[in-house]
Amino acid sequence: MTKDDCKKLVLDIIADIAPDEDLSNVKPDVRLRDQLQLDSMDFLDIVMELRKRNGIEVPEADYGHLASLDSCADYLTPKFNALAAKG
Amino acid sequence: MNTRSHYDVAIIGAGLSGLAAGIRLAHFGKRVCIFERHNVPGGLNSFYSLGGRKYDVGLHAVTNYVRPGVKGTPLGKLLRQLRIDRDEFGLCEQKQSRIAFGARGETSLTFTNDFSVFEGEVARVFPAQADGFRRLAELIRTTVFTPDDPVVSAREVVRRHITDPLLEDMLLCPLLFYGSARENDVDFSQFALLFQSILLEGLARPLEGIRLILRVLLDKYRQAGGERRMKCGVARIEARGGRAVELVLDNGEEVTADEVLSSIGAPETAALLRGAGFQPGSDEAHGLEARATFAAPGRLTFVETASVFDCQPADLGWGDDTIVFFNDSARFAYEPPTDQVDPRSGVICIPNNFNFAQGQRMPEGMLRVTCLANYDLWSSLPEETYQADKQRWFSTVQTSARRFLPAVGDAALAAATIATDMFTPRTIERFTGRVNGAIYGAPRKSLHGDTGLANLHLCGTDQGLLGIVGSMLSGITMANRHILRPTTMQDS
Repeated sequence: MTKDDCKKLVLDIIADIAPDEDLSNVKPDVRLRDQLQLDSMDFLDIVMELRKRNGIEVPEADYGHLASLDSCADYLTPKFNALAAKG
Repeated sequence: MNTRSHYDVAIIGAGLSGLAAGIRLAHFGKRVCIFERHNVPGGLNSFYSLGGRKYDVGLHAVTNYVRPGVKGTPLGKLLRQLRIDRDEFGLCEQKQSRIAFGARGETSLTFTNDFSVFEGEVARVFPAQADGFRRLAELIRTTVFTPDDPVVSAREVVRRHITDPLLEDMLLCPLLFYGSARENDVDFSQFALLFQSILLEGLARPLEGIRLILRVLLDKYRQAGGERRMKCGVARIEARGGRAVELVLDNGEEVTADEVLSSIGAPETAALLRGAGFQPGSDEAHGLEARATFAAPGRLTFVETASVFDCQPADLGWGDDTIVFFNDSARFAYEPPTDQVDPRSGVICIPNNFNFAQGQRMPEGMLRVTCLANYDLWSSLPEETYQADKQRWFSTVQTSARRFLPAVGDAALAAATIATDMFTPRTIERFTGRVNGAIYGAPRKSLHGDTGLANLHLCGTDQGLLGIVGSMLSGITMANRHILRPTTMQDS
């Protein structure tokens, strides 16, 4: 998985959680919370979806890594690839 | 062998808050079971069948309605967190509603889902109050309330901006009727929530009424893997060491759960604990005494009449109004009446008068009228007197309400009426388990949902959020706060 794949996957999850948000112009280097109406519960929903759909566990201590699309990709892509290598 | 069921979360009550909490928790992979004593879900917003018809109870209109695209509102948050597409609720907007005061409703303020209409009405009828009203609305729009705010009288705050007692009462009337557990007043934070949900946002309804909303919730809950046990109430909560350790069901079965959410009301929940065999003087007993004080039940309850017509209300001349809040007296009294019913004020609901999609309409006409009632006077009646009193009050209530609608002759109304029914505080208590039939619960709310037991939390009416959307949000918020929310994740 590339970092771009990973960003797309996170955006797909956000589209399902927040269907009323316009996601066409999300800037990857800006905090998601600063450009979308997402609160901390919405981030918990992202974590939950990553676990349910992809089997990716994000421990509480790492939630800060989900702040922007770039930081999501930096943090999650190695996890996805490790999981794929195992499977 | 131990056959006892164990759940991550047990929810008491399949009303809107319990169902919403259940959906949320089941989505997150929790093993959840909802225990409901009644055979029908919905709690305070439910329905019943009589003479081949379904009657809604509770729901007049869904408050908090905003059009698609309006962001950052309770409705949007609710849909998001329950993964409900807004089309699933099929919400259709109200036509118009009114607050009508005076013996014939001669002082009348119309409101719609466009707040500027109401602002214009206030300015037209109370020109000297227009500036004060704008300041009050601005205060409500901009104030951020937290559960730790002190309790403030809404009347006191309103009086700082509105000096005409008639307008003060006209503003309080709809908001008290749609959600105050406190007599003649409401906490300002609740007033602001109600003002927001009814006047700044608006009213809507699915064509099918509450049954559609319940069906959507039940489907989501089942799809998420939640369990539900109907006709299976919780008779007792056993508590030890500051925790709820076991639920004893009506059939004697025992179940355990890591966390318990109770939507049945604060005094009603305390009553389940009181039977749990506490030692006097123990820590638990001390906690319970404190809780018993805090959970004093409310006294505000209602009767509601329903008339079914063989035509649309519009055919009778009642095609404009969706909801009418009325009062005929010099001051608006929101308190338990000294007689069985207080017909001086009330709420008229004509569920046909929403803007349903082209070609869609309810097959029959309906008129519902709600008035304040006295629980003690209704609950003590012997059966024969009870039925006769229901008949008598039905016509008093309907006659009173008709003063505030366009005139329709007695003969024409009688000819169109094909069925009638009425519920009383006794009906409410019997089917919802609410002490005193108090549908808005205890006057003091528990905004954090805490009970004094570490793993037992309140949601629903006595947590503090009201209305259809409010109760669902209460379930969501309490599930998030007490069960899902990790401690390190704070809003910033």
